[in-house]
Parts: sequence; structure tokens; C-alpha cells
Amino acid sequence: MSLFKIAWRNMQQRGLATVLTMFSMALGVCLVVMVLSIGWLIQTSFSRNSNVGYNLIVGAKGSPLQLTLNTVYYLSRTIEVLPYDEYLEFLPKDERTAEIQKIGGQIAQPDRAGRYGETFMKGGFAIPVCLGDYFGPFRVVGTKPGFFENLRYGEGADLKYEFAQGRNFVDYSEENGFFEAVLGSHVAAEMKIKVGDEIKTTHGDPEGEGHGQGFKVVGILKSTGTPNDRATFINIEGFYWMEGHARAIEPAEMAQQERTEVVAAPAAANAARLPLEKRDLTAVLIKPANGMYAMSMERDINKSLRAQAASPIREITTMLENFVKPINDALLALTAVVCLVSAISILVSIYNSMNERRRDIAVMRALGARRDVVMAIILIESLLIAIIGGGAGWVAAHLIGMAFSPAVEYRTGIQLGLLTSVTTYELWLIPGLMGLATLAGLIPAMAAYRTDVSRNL
Amino acid sequence: MLELTQLTKTFRLPDGGELKVLDVAHFHLQAGEQTILLGESGGGKTTLLHCIAGIMQPTSGSIKLDNIELTRLSESGRDRVRAAKIGYVFQSFNLLPGFTALENVRLGMTFGDGKHDATRAKSLLERVGLGERLGHKPAQLSVGQQQRVAVARALANRPKLLLADEPTANIDPQNQQRIIDLIRLTCQEENVALLMVTHSMQVADQFPRVERLETLNQALATTKDS
Repeated sequence: MSLFKIAWRNMQQRGLATVLTMFSMALGVCLVVMVLSIGWLIQTSFSRNSNVGYNLIVGAKGSPLQLTLNTVYYLSRTIEVLPYDEYLEFLPKDERTAEIQKIGGQIAQPDRAGRYGETFMKGGFAIPVCLGDYFGPFRVVGTKPGFFENLRYGEGADLKYEFAQGRNFVDYSEENGFFEAVLGSHVAAEMKIKVGDEIKTTHGDPEGEGHGQGFKVVGILKSTGTPNDRATFINIEGFYWMEGHARAIEPAEMAQQERTEVVAAPAAANAARLPLEKRDLTAVLIKPANGMYAMSMERDINKSLRAQAASPIREITTMLENFVKPINDALLALTAVVCLVSAISILVSIYNSMNERRRDIAVMRALGARRDVVMAIILIESLLIAIIGGGAGWVAAHLIGMAFSPAVEYRTGIQLGLLTSVTTYELWLIPGLMGLATLAGLIPAMAAYRTDVSRNL
Repeated sequence: MLELTQLTKTFRLPDGGELKVLDVAHFHLQAGEQTILLGESGGGKTTLLHCIAGIMQPTSGSIKLDNIELTRLSESGRDRVRAAKIGYVFQSFNLLPGFTALENVRLGMTFGDGKHDATRAKSLLERVGLGERLGHKPAQLSVGQQQRVAVARALANRPKLLLADEPTANIDPQNQQRIIDLIRLTCQEENVALLMVTHSMQVADQFPRVERLETLNQALATTKDS
């Protein structure tokens, strides 16, 4: 009969105590694995969305992290705004001129290239973004159609946005004017909106005052697993026409120093756009022609008085390192303590049974079992309790993850299968458990080792 | 097969004194020989069996089993000899409660040379009349049946010597003779030397050789007399 069989029989003999000890170990491991899974989920969710398909976010001076959270994840409040002129600085001469002529209004040097337009941006793109409104609980993003044409998503930032229904909004259409909208997949599902419906947004926060102007939904995005699933996109031109979105008072000095020329608005039907001097924006998403340019652009932009540039990947990595990782590590340490307590419960359970088992051990010794053999039997018992309990805890944690997978996927776009969220830390669980079990089994095993045969027969 | 020479065992008492319980000048047992060891309670019979089995080290003297000097072996060496060459039947059976009858018998061959003869455990239980009770645990067996399992377990490792420490002391009179017959017969069939401790003259009378511990402990008796 193998030593495993003998150890197993010993465990069966003390069925309830064994099961309770295993349960305690399962609970400890389950907690550890769940903390690891949650850590993995947060890290994956942020890092895969930080690769957003552009290199820089330019916004008003303030916290770069807040700018990133606000612009990429639609979290936190919007910080200050920038004049629309800042966006024009990223356009090459021909594009800048065309944009100014299309919109009309007061601006300095309408015929020059943007500050970064010629050198850095030819072949890249700049997309303006206006935030601040809500549709239900979801953020509204005022932007240009280029948002979905130029941006990519996914871990390699190589997936193109696709429409489950309808199409991208356009700059201007005969049917809807400037008032077209595209909804993220979760927004459409949760708000029960389909293509052709009209939506109205609220100003400032979800409970804010409603705008009278409606937007026609012309497209619903396929699920992407990005924060864009939870956003509503409207044409920036329509955004500017809503009440409270036009700049009311322009700083006097700006008007004097910068807006020296007036470009007349074109007479076409679609020309009724908010003039340049009344436009603000929250951020500009920048992808230079070459990724190498991003750093020097960032340095240069950050020298300016009103704008800042933030690298979303760096901000998210810093946030994960500075905020998420320490919390995750602290939780991990706590759950490791739970595992240690579980290991001690194995020790207590086996040690308490040693008194009633001395005779059995003496009998085995009388049948020829060496001291190290009876010691090994106790250690195997401890290992079996830890591995079976720990294994059950591991499976339970991942099953719980799977059970919550739809909710997690809805929130983060990440599917949780049984093995999806297995982290490299978990590879240490088995040797870790075996080490703990050996330590826990050592004291009772030594008691078995020292059992006096002739006294206990 | 078994030879004891100048064997002594002395215990240290809590008050610092010493108690000599064994002082055997010479004792031997041939292969297949069946011998009864009689003696008073507390006289040292179990101590002698423990010394022969290598469970306890004598204070001095020699124990030769199958030409192996046990007293010169380390504890693990004695464990190996015990596992390979000695069977032990206890007064209180000492079956492991969590194991079935078959597993208890298999346990007898687990710690030996590692050669597990799966059919032997079963055939031994059939020989002691428990072929239908292989899967029963000790609590599901009668007292007599439990001792029969213990006999089968003691013979499982094909020992050269079977030590039986009052194997019928806890058994009802009806089953006592059955157990004695069983032990003697199986030892005879397997050519196993048998040294059985008892204080029952009725049992002793059935054996060809009967030794009294008091006689073996002659030197001790002389010391006491003087």
C-alpha cells in the first residue's frame, strides 16, 4: 500500500476536520487568486485601452493624469478648456487654411501653417475633442468624423472601429445638418436606442439641464471593449451650437493680440458654424507623422503657458505603478496572511489529532515503518490537504470570475474564461502551497517521528 | 534462527534508581519451532518481545535473528529487519480503524522490501476465514474476527519469526482456541518460528516447548534470592 493511500485513509478517518481544514485553505487561495485576477483585470483593462492609437493628448494646463483619465477613459471631470486655435496649430498649412475658411471668424495669420503642422504632422492626424455633456449616465464626446476614421483600438492599436448598425456621422448632411450622433455599443443597449432615433444630451452632468437640440443617431458601434463602448459621439459642429457651449466672453488681451484678421464665413447652406473665436475644446488627440516626434512635441507644448501634452501610455503606466500596484500588493499581502492562517489551521488540525494517532503510528512502526516513513506520511497528509484545498480554491476563484464574466465584459470588454486571467503569480501557488504545507506539517510530523513505539502499543 | 545471549534490560526509575527486568543468559529458537513463554504479569515478557522485535534496545547482550546481530544495527536497520523478518500479533489487535481488513493486512507488507503481493493479503484473509469481509473496517468485525485479521497481517510479510503477545487475552473463550489453532497452523504451513507469550496454562499445554521467563531470567532470580 502506498504512503499516499495511508495518508488518504488517515484523512478520511478524520473526515470533518479534514474537510474544514481544506475549506479554510480553499478560502485563502480563493481570495489570493481573486485579488490577483482583479489586479490583472485592472491592469489589462487600463493597459490595453492606453494603447489608443495616438501618441499625445493636448489639453489645458493641469494634471496630465486627469487629462488622460478624462479624455481616454471618460472618467473624472473635465479640466479647463483650450481655444480652438490650439487645434489649428497641429494642421499643415493647406488643412489649416481650409479649416479656417470653412468655419470663419477672427484669427491671426489665417494663411500660415500650424506651429507643428508642417514639421511633425504631415502624414499624422489631430482630432479635436469636446467633453462636458452627458447622455443618460454616459459621457458625450463632441468630435470630428475623423475620430473613427483615424483611431484604432486593441492591444496592438490595429483594429478599426466598425459599425454594428448604420454609419459614421458626417460633418454636415442635408437631412440632419450638424446634428448626427454615433453611440457606443453599451450606450445603445442600455439606453435602448436604435439607428434613426433622436437623442438629447444634458449639460455638465447626468442630472444637468437638458439641451433642446436633438441629434439623430446614424450609427451604433460594434463592441470594442474600450471606454468608447460607453460613450456617445456627436458632431463637434453640432456640439458648438448647443446652448452654453459657445464661449461667452473672450479675454480682451487675446482678442487684441491674436485675432487681428477676420475671415468671412462662406455663404453655403452648411456655413452656419460657430465662429472660431467662440470655440473652445477639451483636448486634441495627436498622432504625429513619426512616433519619434511625440517627445519633442510634448516638451515644446509643455513649455507653453496654456497647453499641456500628456502621453496616455506613460500616464496610465505611472498611475498603475503609483496607485493600483501598491493597493494590489497590499491586498495580496493581506490574502497571503489568510493563506498563512490556513496553513496554521492545517498544523493545528493535524497536531491536535496526534494524541489519538500515537497508537496507530506505533502500530505502523511495529510493522516495520521507519521514523522517516511515518514522518513522510504526516507530511503527505499536510500536502494533500493544502493541494486539494488550494486547488479547490483556485478553481472556485476562476469559476466566480467566469460567473461574473458578462458583467466584467460589459464594464471592461474583457472576457473571463477559466484560464483567461491566470497570472504568472499563480504559477507560484502550487510550490508556495507545498512549501507552506511542508512547514505546517513539520511539527506534527516531528511528533510522529518521536513517537515512542513500546509506550504506545 | 533466533538466539539470545547474555541479554539484559534495565530501566531507569524516576527516583534515579534502576530496575533490571531482563537478564537472559541464553535462549534460542529453531526455524519453524513453536514455543510458549510463560511469566507473571509485569515480569518483562513484553519487554523481551520488544527487544527481539528491535522496537527496544537491550541494555547489553546479543540478539541474533537469522544470523543478523540486531543489537549492532541502527534503529532504521532494526526497523528494516522487523519489516522483513518479524510478524507481531498484539494482545489488543492494534488494527488501524480507518483501514479495511484487506488494507490492514496489506499494511503488514508495506514497510518491507517494497514487493507488494496483492493476492497474498487476500489469500491470507481467506485462510483465516474472512474472505467475505475484505472490505470491512475493524469496527464492523467481531473481536475474534479482528484478531484473525491481526494474525493475517502479522504473516503478510512472510516473516521468519512470529511474536504473539497474549493474542487471546481479550478474546472470549469460544474464540480463544480457534485463534491459537489458526496461529499455530499458519506458522506451521509457512515454516515460521513462533514465540507466544501467555499466562494461560491451558494454552501452554498445547505447545511442545514451554519456557518460563523466571527460569530464563535465572541470573536475575539468583540476584533477587540473594
